[in-house]
Amino acid sequence: MSVHTPPKMSEDSARDLDSLIACPACDALLRDRDVAAGETATCPRCHSVIEAPRRLAMTRILMLAMAGLILMVAAVFFPFLEVSAAGLSQRSTLVDTVRAFSGGLTVPLTYAMAALIVVLPTVRFLALIYVLGPMALGWYPRRFAVPAFRVAEALRPWAMAEVFIVGVAVALVKVAGLAHVAIGPAFWAFVGLVVVTVLKDNFMSRVTVWKTLEARRPA
Amino acid sequence: MSAPVVTARQAGLIGCAQCGKVHRDGAVTCLRCGSDLRPRSAARLQAVWAWLVAGLVVYVPANVYPMLKTSSLGRTTESTILGGVVELMHHGSYGIAGIVFFASIIIPIAKFLAIIFLALSVTRQVRMSHHYRHKLFHVVEFIGRWSMIDVFVVAILASLVQLNFAASIAPGIAAVSFALSVAFTMVSALSFDERLIWDADPVPAE
Repeated sequence: MSVHTPPKMSEDSARDLDSLIACPACDALLRDRDVAAGETATCPRCHSVIEAPRRLAMTRILMLAMAGLILMVAAVFFPFLEVSAAGLSQRSTLVDTVRAFSGGLTVPLTYAMAALIVVLPTVRFLALIYVLGPMALGWYPRRFAVPAFRVAEALRPWAMAEVFIVGVAVALVKVAGLAHVAIGPAFWAFVGLVVVTVLKDNFMSRVTVWKTLEARRPA
Repeated sequence: MSAPVVTARQAGLIGCAQCGKVHRDGAVTCLRCGSDLRPRSAARLQAVWAWLVAGLVVYVPANVYPMLKTSSLGRTTESTILGGVVELMHHGSYGIAGIVFFASIIIPIAKFLAIIFLALSVTRQVRMSHHYRHKLFHVVEFIGRWSMIDVFVVAILASLVQLNFAASIAPGIAAVSFALSVAFTMVSALSFDERLIWDADPVPAE
């Protein structure tokens, strides 16, 4: 573990803003330095992680985002769950789940569900592929890479695939007493999607990506 | 252990909360990531309070009105959030009852209290150290979205259990207000600038 150090403040060093970094969590003014892959740079004041670059992190995030996108397609189109009771059976896909609220006053929730479970995770995957693809290959950033990465980061709390899968687990237990439940391929695709998302977010070092985007910006 | 820490603001500079880039005073957008650099102030706290109050207001109908309408063999029963938990306990699923109780009752209430405490701590003296408040904020930020579990459970049940006469489940209006409550409190926590916790600290840490 390494730490960014506070700069020796003088008029001259204050002028060279590029050699400084402000901790995004507590605003402590620190001397910026290159953090090697595998190192974790923390703030001496609030101990938040500022940068944690990993070897091949960009390539890994790119691959995981692409895997996530493929799994999302599978999760949306294959059957998700099937219940049967008293000779009747009902098969539901992810789309049916999203549309569960589409009757009466609960209609707005349909859109919210679609956004939280399918649309926002997909948008995040696409944005990350768009931003990090050229970075992983060592190219210049794409034209709208900066706003795209900002959107990807802003949407992070709102992409709720992980939360949804826990909800599925709870629902399965609730239904189990009432009817027989069979799990479809889309369920496993979605579980895979959650694993991929968590791995991807673990490799992500936001400040490192921003610095890379800035350093690679064509002059 | 370390030299005294100066914040960007004390040095007359502006730090970007998104990417850490340091700007001269008066900068409006970050040159590196394009984020808004407007200085954090007590006025920004009003947004936190406003979203929090909105979240609290819609949390009331979320608990009063039914979350689920179950009809089985012609009989319809409605259950609220708390009712659902009690029902699960009657079925003996204590673990699941615990998860739902924690996600839909404990987390939202703890979150309301934590945000109120953090927002007050910016302008008032409190006992809790900056480190603990910083940690508390991160817990609130991390855990908020998990309250959505119950809304998802209702959606899955309603889409899955449509077996005509044998059993069918429909969502209740409380699902909407609960989802709104979770979303509003998430926005409230997101509008809180965590650097405010540290700004109130005149003495460098360590």
